[in-house]
Amino acid sequence: MRVIQFREALREAMNEEMRRDKDIFLIGEEVAEYNGAYKVSQGMLDEFGDKRIIDTPIAELGFAGIAVGAAMNGLRPIVEFMTFNFSLVAIDQVINSAAKMYQMSGGQFNMPMVFRGPTASAGQLGAQHSQAFENWYANCPGLKVVVPSNPYDAKGLLKTAIRDNDPVIFMESEQMYGDKGEVPEEEYLIPIGKAVVKREGTDVTIVSFGKIIKVAYAAAEELAKEGINVEIIDLRTVRPIDYDTIIESVKKTNRLVIVEEAWPLANISTEITYMVQKRAFDYLDAPIIRVNTADTPLGYAPTFVEAFLPSVKQVMDSVKSVMYK
Amino acid sequence: MTSFTKETYMRWFEQMMLMRRFEEKTAQLYGQQKIKGFCHLYIGQEAVVAGTMSALNSDDRIITAYRDHAHALACGISANAVMAELYGKVTGCSKGKGGSMHMFSKEHNFFGGHGIVGGQIPLGAGIAFADMYRGGKQVTVCYMGDGAVRQGALHEAFNMAMLWKIPVIFVCENNGYAMGTSVERTTNQMDIYKIGLAYDMPCKEVDGMQAETVHEAIAEAAERARKGDGPTFLEIRTYRYRGHSMSDPAKYRTKEEVEEYKMRDPLERVRKTILDNKWATEAELEAAEEKIMAEVLASVEFSENSPYPEGSALWEDVYSEPNYPFITE
Repeated sequence: MRVIQFREALREAMNEEMRRDKDIFLIGEEVAEYNGAYKVSQGMLDEFGDKRIIDTPIAELGFAGIAVGAAMNGLRPIVEFMTFNFSLVAIDQVINSAAKMYQMSGGQFNMPMVFRGPTASAGQLGAQHSQAFENWYANCPGLKVVVPSNPYDAKGLLKTAIRDNDPVIFMESEQMYGDKGEVPEEEYLIPIGKAVVKREGTDVTIVSFGKIIKVAYAAAEELAKEGINVEIIDLRTVRPIDYDTIIESVKKTNRLVIVEEAWPLANISTEITYMVQKRAFDYLDAPIIRVNTADTPLGYAPTFVEAFLPSVKQVMDSVKSVMYK
Repeated sequence: MTSFTKETYMRWFEQMMLMRRFEEKTAQLYGQQKIKGFCHLYIGQEAVVAGTMSALNSDDRIITAYRDHAHALACGISANAVMAELYGKVTGCSKGKGGSMHMFSKEHNFFGGHGIVGGQIPLGAGIAFADMYRGGKQVTVCYMGDGAVRQGALHEAFNMAMLWKIPVIFVCENNGYAMGTSVERTTNQMDIYKIGLAYDMPCKEVDGMQAETVHEAIAEAAERARKGDGPTFLEIRTYRYRGHSMSDPAKYRTKEEVEEYKMRDPLERVRKTILDNKWATEAELEAAEEKIMAEVLASVEFSENSPYPEGSALWEDVYSEPNYPFITE
């Protein structure tokens, strides 16, 4: 199978859907003439023109709101945030307008739109460019939240997100755009809300999503050398969460470690922990462990990045801990 | 002398009378706790909406903030559907899910009733953007209060609306007070319309106590928008007789100030013009008023007799996807 970059997979998804439906447009900072801050939208201005690939001033609140209004009136906007860190100045439109409009209007105005861009840390970017917002958005009914971890999922899920008639938050990573992976030439879609077992195992279940899942993969490789057989689930979507796939795995392994790049209080790990104790209490042979970021803003120095992020060692230690090793 | 026809005046009279009587009834029902939540009355400002609607086509779009009962009625939503929404009944125009602040009707091109001050301003630009994108000739009128113009959302939306020549008319209904804070306490520049100058957006102030001046300003702005020349910003100076919301006794202003505006009452002005021109007799106007009052009373009866939505309807209309897996215990 051919191998393409994560950013190319996203671009193909948008290109294919935009060729199919003239109501879809892409709006954001540097998406057109600059070809995308991270080159996701490279070449799209040439193909679709400036009516459909729209550069904006630096005004996230304004252009997010304009996109929501356009969706109310029948268009299907894709809003690119250069990073979700900048979505905070637009969050009123995402939460109060996009997420609530359908119910508030008694089912009259649905919101067929996607907000996409990178989330979480990406190296030494300092505190204001390093936050994960998956659990923030996932907390809000009315939204769907998708967090792919590889090019294949990115393309299939983005195509589905664009076709979805509800607002979808689609979260990427600056550190994944260059990742390469197998992506078929022929069209495919991946449903929102379905997790996937990426690695079969019998001893411990690890649940993760987004770029940090690579830490889980690396830990699993190391653990395999020690004879520990880890199962890894990629959630792919954090609203809705595919609890069934998690529960099924936990019933098999009886042990769970959750790896999530997020501050610990009230994050996705917390939610999964609650649901597993509720639905599979009798199957658990050890307390669930979560591996999250430090409960601090992320400082600049490389030592801070190392101290902040979930590490392979932390994941390995956690797996061994739930096995009482 | 006036350049408007008898038909226009009669329509203004009926529309403004409906808004006035409907809202007086609303205030009464609020006092009886039939209507709950936040409730903001429009009494005194009726000429703004009436003068707008007579200058627009039926497929033009309207969006406003939470002081939205009159806008909903003027868009053609029935008194029954608006009153039932105030009651929180399933027969309301938002199925009881919106309430006073969130009236909606796609059928009547009414894009709501929005509760975050200034949040509707980029939405209005976006609604108009969609019409422009499809090559339509509709214009959008986006209302806001004098408080909303201090929000950043306005400035971002104004800049892009002007840059892209979006067919939207931004209307600031300046009633002098953002809740309890007068305009002069929030800015050094008292002429709100001048905000448009910073974006080279055509802008002016309009007397909002007369439907005529509002109509003329909206008609001019709509023509500009339909020609592809982009947005207009109108500061329409008006006055609300009641407090900001039902819980506001409006102690921040004098009785004299309120009385001064009531002397220029927009509804009385329309009535006088009709009588002066002998387009109708006192008796005929009273009959029209009685018919409107009957419509209002019927809407109360309709609402009283309508059921509340089932509690389980809370889970409906959150996602258009059927069977979304909500977390339920």
